[in-house]
Amino acid sequence: MDVLDLTRLQFAVVTIYHYFFVPLSISLAAAAAGLQIAWLRTKRSSYLDLTKFVGKLLIVTFAVGVVTGLVQEFQFGLGWSSFAKFYGDVFGPTLAIEGMLAFFLEATFLALWYFGWDRLPRLVHTATIVIVAIGTVLSAFIILAANSFMQHPVAYALDPVTGRARLTSFTELLLNKVNLAAFPHTLAGAIMVGGALLLALGVWRLAADGTFRVLARLGAWMTLAGGAMTALTGDHLGKVMTEVQPMKMAAAEALYETTKGAPFSIFTLGSPFPDFSLDIPWLLSILAKGDPNATVQGINDLQAQYVSQYGPGSYVPMIPVAFWSFRVMIGAGMLAAAVAAYYLWRTRKHRDAPRWLTRWLPLIPVLPAVANTFGWIFTETARQPWIAFGISKVADGISPGLTSSEVIASLAGFTVVYGILAVVWFRLVRHLARQPLAPPPVTVAETAEPAPVY
Amino acid sequence: MITFWFAVVVLAWVLFFVLEGFDFGVGLLGPVLGRDDHERGAAVRTIGPFWDGNEVWLVAAIGVTFAAFPAWYSALLSGLYLPMVVLLLLLAVRGVALEFRGKGDGPSYRRRADIALALSSLGIVLVWGALLATFVRGLALGADGSVTGGGLSRTLGPIWSPAAALGALAALFAALMLGATFLGLRTSGPLRHRARTLARWLGSGGAVALLVIGFGTGSRLALAAAALSLLAGMLARSGREALAFAVTALSVAGAVVAVFTTHGDVVLRSTLDPRWSLTRDAAAATPQALELITWAGVLILPGVIAYQAFSYWVFRRRIASERVPS
Repeated sequence: MDVLDLTRLQFAVVTIYHYFFVPLSISLAAAAAGLQIAWLRTKRSSYLDLTKFVGKLLIVTFAVGVVTGLVQEFQFGLGWSSFAKFYGDVFGPTLAIEGMLAFFLEATFLALWYFGWDRLPRLVHTATIVIVAIGTVLSAFIILAANSFMQHPVAYALDPVTGRARLTSFTELLLNKVNLAAFPHTLAGAIMVGGALLLALGVWRLAADGTFRVLARLGAWMTLAGGAMTALTGDHLGKVMTEVQPMKMAAAEALYETTKGAPFSIFTLGSPFPDFSLDIPWLLSILAKGDPNATVQGINDLQAQYVSQYGPGSYVPMIPVAFWSFRVMIGAGMLAAAVAAYYLWRTRKHRDAPRWLTRWLPLIPVLPAVANTFGWIFTETARQPWIAFGISKVADGISPGLTSSEVIASLAGFTVVYGILAVVWFRLVRHLARQPLAPPPVTVAETAEPAPVY
Repeated sequence: MITFWFAVVVLAWVLFFVLEGFDFGVGLLGPVLGRDDHERGAAVRTIGPFWDGNEVWLVAAIGVTFAAFPAWYSALLSGLYLPMVVLLLLLAVRGVALEFRGKGDGPSYRRRADIALALSSLGIVLVWGALLATFVRGLALGADGSVTGGGLSRTLGPIWSPAAALGALAALFAALMLGATFLGLRTSGPLRHRARTLARWLGSGGAVALLVIGFGTGSRLALAAAALSLLAGMLARSGREALAFAVTALSVAGAVVAVFTTHGDVVLRSTLDPRWSLTRDAAAATPQALELITWAGVLILPGVIAYQAFSYWVFRRRIASERVPS
């Protein structure tokens, strides 16, 4: 691998890793806020216990999200300084505003919440976790605006003197139609991951404490609602994508020829011309344009069109990666939502879930985590070769002078440290989940009493 | 406008180094000054609610550097690629050690977290010191603004120099001073006592070392630092902990300002040819971008400072390090 591929691999590794903790933080903050409000309204102590339980998970997850997110803030300058210089006007303010507006809010108020149980009036204290939840959502919106610029550049002009991109309207950058479609889709996906974790832990600990039933059902509802939302928002996102990045949609279906009334294949063997394919007729045309008879542009036509538009070169992303990541995303996400729905059905009206289900449910967080990850792999790999669609390519973004040995060293460092963090995080979450929900009151008086002496 | 934003960038870096500086210092000292699990826990608790908010100043500092001076951000980070990566990895270990410390099971788990905390804090302080010294010296910037060279030494080389070593030592001293005066200010019991004693010794020891350096090199900055160091040590000794901390914080702030303004208009000096140095004007973003972040900064930052101050006020009580007899 040359230095470009290594740097791309490193960006992928640290970003995917970071994105295990981000959706968890978003959804756990929302769940903690919801549980605390429920406690405030009903005064039921079980809600308070669960709020603190989710809070502990949130704080350890948030910590990993913070330290891996810091890396993201530096990444653009470390490995991609040409990109940073060229798009400094667009990316710099976006990252700076995200930091000032959202990160300070999250970090400060999470600490106030976690350490402030007996220092703040109850309503103020509840407000702090609500502010944390709002902060995570704000952060997602702003950073997705930066990402949406790479998919569909808007609100910029190329400076005739410096040749750099210049921001023309920040509002327009935020309200990029790709962002407006990607933001709800991403949030829905995030809710699924946190929901699945709560469902898993709730089911796992149900035998020890009946209160966990509330948590399991809350998690299942979050997974199911998040799943339904990802389907709806994903449909909209697909149509926007077809409009602004038709090559991405063609790659998702491995559609080489422009087709009217295009089918969607569930499963294909053989490439590029399938030996076997299980197709749903017209579905791709419906997904792409909302009309069964619509014409979907194929890879070959688009390649020819881009060559005449942008000059010679390949504009085709890695088709098998795009094709399969798209299907893994949809499949894993829908399966998770279906399992959650089945769990809710089987536990309706105080019924118990069957043994086989409770035995396998603790593994359910893997499904939405996989769906989220492959969703991002699809989004970013099917953007290739562009770093910002239509303006500049990934190869032009890398830091000049960067050497392979430096990237190998840093990639090794990230792999080792991130690997250790993952193991420690997993063991800590397991340990925290095993703690009794409401610790028994300490009986100091009894033990301090002098034993009778005769 | 460019001068204004340069001042804002420097201010963000100053706030980061002062605020995170004291929690680096506590991370370094807490596990050493605390004699047992309970005392070490008390030391870590003094920064528990604050370290994350402090670290966001690093995000803010690098963020506004990126926003206002994209070329500076690019040159600094890509030119010091490997040291920066080392720094990020150490920061990752440290943040997780701090946050995970109190949530695992048993004293041996906490001991491991303490060791990770102390070592990563030490590493971070040393690397930052070396980096700040390198900012002053400049980098081997070529005509295209990038650092030339091959292999690992391209970006590791610059921080492997006597000047960088001196910078690392100075940073270690500053962090220890900040940590000791902060612990003295924020704890009660044996920890407070030990932190005070340490601050006194550090203050006078540092003053002697700085005097030698000052007379040896004729640097007035070192002489001034010697006086401040002595003053902070004396204040800590006489129990005026808040003042001792304030004096230390002010000196650190002054040192950071000095680092960022040594070359006047040049934000990153080229050691190869002065014509290749990066100036503020050349590094700055367009007026539109500067105007945008000015609005954002004016609207957002006063609120940030207000609620961070509120959080310091909420957790203003000293942390007791003495054990309650059972």
